[in-house]
Amino acid sequence: MSLATEIKFTLNGRPVAVRVPVTMKTLTMLRDLLGLTGTKYACGEGECGACTVKVDGKTLNSCLMHAVDCDGREVVTIEGLKTPEGMNPMQRAFVDHGAVQCGFCMPGMIMQADYLVGENPNLTREDAQRGLEGNLCRCTGYTKVLDAVGSVVEQKCCGRC
Amino acid sequence: MQDIKTYLSPRGIDEAVRAMAAGDVTVFCGGTDLSPQVESGARQYTATLMNIRRVEGMSGIAEAGNLVRIGALTTVTEIRRDPLVARVASILAEAAEHFASDQIRNAASLGGNICNASPAGDMINPLLVLDAEVELARWQDGAVATRRVAMADFFLAPRQTAKRDGELLTAVFFARPATNFVACFRKSGPRPALEISTVSVGIGGRLDNGVFRDVRVAMGSVAPTPLRARHVEAALEGKRLDADGILAAVAAAKTDAKPIDDVRASAWYREHLVQVFTEEVLNHVLGN
Ligand SMILES: Cc1cc2nc3c(=O)[nH]c(=O)nc-3n(C[C@H](O)[C@H](O)[C@H](O)COP(=O)(O)OP(=O)(O)OC[C@H]3O[C@@H](n4cnc5c(N)ncnc54)[C@H](O)[C@@H]3O)c2cc1C
Ligand code: FES
Ligand code: FES
Repeated sequence: MSLATEIKFTLNGRPVAVRVPVTMKTLTMLRDLLGLTGTKYACGEGECGACTVKVDGKTLNSCLMHAVDCDGREVVTIEGLKTPEGMNPMQRAFVDHGAVQCGFCMPGMIMQADYLVGENPNLTREDAQRGLEGNLCRCTGYTKVLDAVGSVVEQKCCGRC
Repeated sequence: MQDIKTYLSPRGIDEAVRAMAAGDVTVFCGGTDLSPQVESGARQYTATLMNIRRVEGMSGIAEAGNLVRIGALTTVTEIRRDPLVARVASILAEAAEHFASDQIRNAASLGGNICNASPAGDMINPLLVLDAEVELARWQDGAVATRRVAMADFFLAPRQTAKRDGELLTAVFFARPATNFVACFRKSGPRPALEISTVSVGIGGRLDNGVFRDVRVAMGSVAPTPLRARHVEAALEGKRLDADGILAAVAAAKTDAKPIDDVRASAWYREHLVQVFTEEVLNHVLGN
């Protein structure tokens, strides 16, 4: 039995306390211990971005991050993006643009896209392309993904941000 | 796998190196190298697992007199965006720009990149060009003791460095380059992102009325360790950086590079590429 330790952190705005094996990855903790299955496991090696979550305001691959390292930090998953009104603008844009096919890469893709627009309200299409380099999609071909991200940037530029 | 008996997340360098003195400690930071290595069985955790993310005094980029200090915990994203780095050591920002993906850059630490000691480590190349030193801390006679080792002497063999058991890499230092210092970095792979360098070349020096001085050349992925290319340096030092000078440097690149065939490229291709890059980078240096 692997050594375990108790950690406390904020998950999607709520405090959680959980006992985790010290070698467990954040992705496994989210999915198997906390039941948040929105974040996906695909490559498990940091290549594909399906497991992207936000930790202390920065996106990273939860398949590489040790769960113990969440201690004291603020973690946001795809489940945490929704607002009281429903989907957040990035989620809405992906739906409106038909940017989703099988959907498996989408939680990670949307987390990363949302982060990019948050970091840079004037994000260009090229910036979005570079920023999404760590998110692989086997279905969509990315054009509609970039359209969706662009539409959120435009919304922000017309005074609603 | 050996059972992990202890998990530590120290807050101070003293606490960290004191625990390391007892031996059998696996240090982890962003985990972007360690996690895949452990998953694949290439490496195993030892009795104590130590998370150094929260150690104070090991993050951030600052000037200390004529030196620039970058803490070992500083992420590649922080380096990529730092105004001081952009101003005085843009070659480092250039390498950060071509490093992995956003998500990896947000997690990957400078110290992890150096200690992983891969010949393809992309932060290592520009730091060799900047003639940086690493600071290593250990617990000795009841206190923290430190020593500095030049990056050029740090990499001994594949995955083997001058860092001894019980030593923690705390920071990197380099002298603020002169105002006429110019440097460029180029790495290759079949695609721009998420690419482990097939070959990388970094070149820097002072351009003094067309004459290149204090030249430093670094090469990645063409030898068992990251490399200072001494023959290319000698070919360039004190010479005019013109077509003839560049030709001589390109010829010397073949002497420095000792590439091998591996899954990413053949030795032949690497030898060819290192010459192409030497030429390209020098033309770029001239252009700047
Ligand atoms: C998909 C992917 C793409 C990548 N692309 C690139 C790339 O383009 N270029 C590149 O150079 N690298 C790349 N890497 C490798 C990796 O991201 C970097 O080497 C990174 O900087 C390692 O930092 P870390 O904090 O994650 O280290 P960790 O994985 O936490 O540690 C790495 C090693 O260093 C040791 N260590 C860490 N910090 C210290 C310290 N302060 N003192 C002593 N020992 C220490 C650890 O014990 C371990 O052996 C990639 C990795 C992945 C998964
Ligand atoms: S599952 Fe984490 S990057 Fe692919
Ligand atoms: S929609 Fe299927 S992998 Fe992206």
